[in-house]
Amino acid sequence: MEQMQKQYHVHYSPAKGWARVDFHELWRYKDLIWLFVKRDFTVMYKQTVLGPAWVLINPILSAAMYTVMFGVIAGLSTDGVPQTLFYLAGSALWGFFAACINKISATFTSNSAIFSKVYFPRLAMPISTMLSALINFLLQFAMFFIMLLYYVAKGEVQPNWAMVPLTVLLLVQVGLLGLGCGIIVSSLTTRYRDLMVVVTFGVQLWMYGTPVVYPLSMVSGMSRVLYAAMLFNPMTAPMESFRYIFFGSGQVDLLMWVISILWTFALLAVGLSLFSKVEKTFVDTV
Amino acid sequence: MQQQKDIMIRVRNVKKKYKIGQIGGGTLRGDLQSWWARKCGKEDPNTLIGTDQRLVGTTFMALNGVSFEVYKGEAVGIIGSNGAGKSTLLKLLTHVTAPTEGDIDLYGRVASMLEVGTGFHPEMTGRENVYLNGAILGMTRAEIDAKMSEIIEFSEVGDFIDTPVKRYSSGMYVKLAFSVAAHLDSEIMIMDEVLAVGDMKFQKKCLGKMRQAARRDGKTVLYVSHNMATIRDLCDRCIVLDQGKIIFDGDVDTGIALYLAAKAQSGNFLDYSDYKRESWCQCDDLRIRNVRFGAESIEALERSEPVRLEMTVDARKSTDSIGLRFEVRDEVGAPLATSCLYGLRMNAGENHLNVEYDLSMLSPAQYNTYFTLFAIGEGGGHSDEDCVPGPRFGMVDTYSDKQIEWNARHWGFIQLPDAKLLPEQE
Repeated sequence: MEQMQKQYHVHYSPAKGWARVDFHELWRYKDLIWLFVKRDFTVMYKQTVLGPAWVLINPILSAAMYTVMFGVIAGLSTDGVPQTLFYLAGSALWGFFAACINKISATFTSNSAIFSKVYFPRLAMPISTMLSALINFLLQFAMFFIMLLYYVAKGEVQPNWAMVPLTVLLLVQVGLLGLGCGIIVSSLTTRYRDLMVVVTFGVQLWMYGTPVVYPLSMVSGMSRVLYAAMLFNPMTAPMESFRYIFFGSGQVDLLMWVISILWTFALLAVGLSLFSKVEKTFVDTV
Repeated sequence: MQQQKDIMIRVRNVKKKYKIGQIGGGTLRGDLQSWWARKCGKEDPNTLIGTDQRLVGTTFMALNGVSFEVYKGEAVGIIGSNGAGKSTLLKLLTHVTAPTEGDIDLYGRVASMLEVGTGFHPEMTGRENVYLNGAILGMTRAEIDAKMSEIIEFSEVGDFIDTPVKRYSSGMYVKLAFSVAAHLDSEIMIMDEVLAVGDMKFQKKCLGKMRQAARRDGKTVLYVSHNMATIRDLCDRCIVLDQGKIIFDGDVDTGIALYLAAKAQSGNFLDYSDYKRESWCQCDDLRIRNVRFGAESIEALERSEPVRLEMTVDARKSTDSIGLRFEVRDEVGAPLATSCLYGLRMNAGENHLNVEYDLSMLSPAQYNTYFTLFAIGEGGGHSDEDCVPGPRFGMVDTYSDKQIEWNARHWGFIQLPDAKLLPEQE
């Protein structure tokens, strides 16, 4: 009994100052995180005609759109990479990042019914959202990879095969950055609902400020100021590195990555403490 | 040695403050405006026009200094009228929100049942939902696996376990949801009227399960309810909350009596002078003004006692052949029984009716009621003239002993007279 009392003792007190995240507790709820991911998948495609195929159709459609708009009409450069492949990579990787922010930012507002009735570490929700977005991306990546192999066989692109394993780190970086941004926005939306609208629009703007539909080389050829601004964007490094790994094109340097990683840590740290503070009492205000 | 005095819950001087009225502007623009106005010493543009300036930012203490301790194996009932702070207390104990002041210590795992079926998703099957709901309540996958067959059996869902829950009847849904919560491995169970689920038979089963948890398995139970009969039946200690403070902590019967006495002044009198009628009874020839019950409180009516009430009716003109129908409905409003009174004569002006009802055929449960005045036409047809919701009341049986196992021989809402054994035919 003494043993048990020590083991399960919890203490609740008023929310004060910056809160800390209880990672130990979060780990105990790992099954829940996984079940939320599973739920997202089971539910998303129930009673749809094409079912899970939508995961693949979405990036194909946007890649096709980009090809027409930016490739054919605007005639933007793709650094010699076949247009379909270039835009597919861009829309899939950006889609992962954007899904993280857009879906995580609704964490508190769309789950307030559950949150107000039962306690579990609230972070389980955004983390599972991030993981479902990651799994969606991996499916898209598989399709991209098959297409890549086709172009490699045709000799149109030369990936840096030795660097392919680094993709894992790249995805962790993008996921954490998305998580950080998402939980900051979600914490703020408990007070300011109109942020939700701003976020969807903001993420779209951010995309055009990131080398997604055009290569960084295009910007660096245009103006030094624009190029500096691009360097400051934490998504530039992962985007360009992704192309560097799989197409052998793209400009990557150390400074770019240092900035991106610093951003990620800063946003994640701010996000986590903001989130932990908000989660304690948000039920009272939503 | 000190086994019976193991502390499970300690609540020390807990306060919870809520802001009254608007919480912030809700928009960034609103907040900035308010902040700017404060800074410049101007009037806040987001204040509702006409409100007293002193009230802005006024706070409301939902809990105002609550302290108590609960020991292992105790079943504590928490009662109090609406707004007394019961739900707030449960939210603090289950960590849904944090207290404004004070400390809460829990020594054990908590199964919180503020609502059954939290997180159930209609598109997923019963089994998937059990996993999800169990995990939300804090179980691991392995724990749920181990309890799965027990949960399915208790829920009576059977073969439907692999069907999406949107195809379930509402009864099956809550039964499954309750079963998950009831099978949590926890030392402390915190419940908010969740026993009001499913059919009567299932309710009794749930109550039995809870009682077993408290008395036999030594779990600690904290139970909030408006249903005095279940409190009396399940709990061995009672905390009465009033306006955010504990006004009584002790044995159940005294607690209930105290609570009912505090409610009585308003509880037995219903005023309809300002009640807005449904669109179909806009003809205001007859209007029920108020109803006063003879009993001090109608929260818990003894089945053996007749129910007396006095009704005041305003009539525009004198009328003969008026009837009064008393409708008894269940918690969700389905009609269960009616009792009519015919041949009333209403004089123009104020009329007083003294009526007595025998409700002994109603089983112990919570009921909703309606009063309807109707006119009986020449050909015998009825036309409803006025209809108002009556009181919500509870029927209780006085139990002499508190038994561990559920012992009722009747279920359902209506208890028919006992059967008679006929003498053998020669």
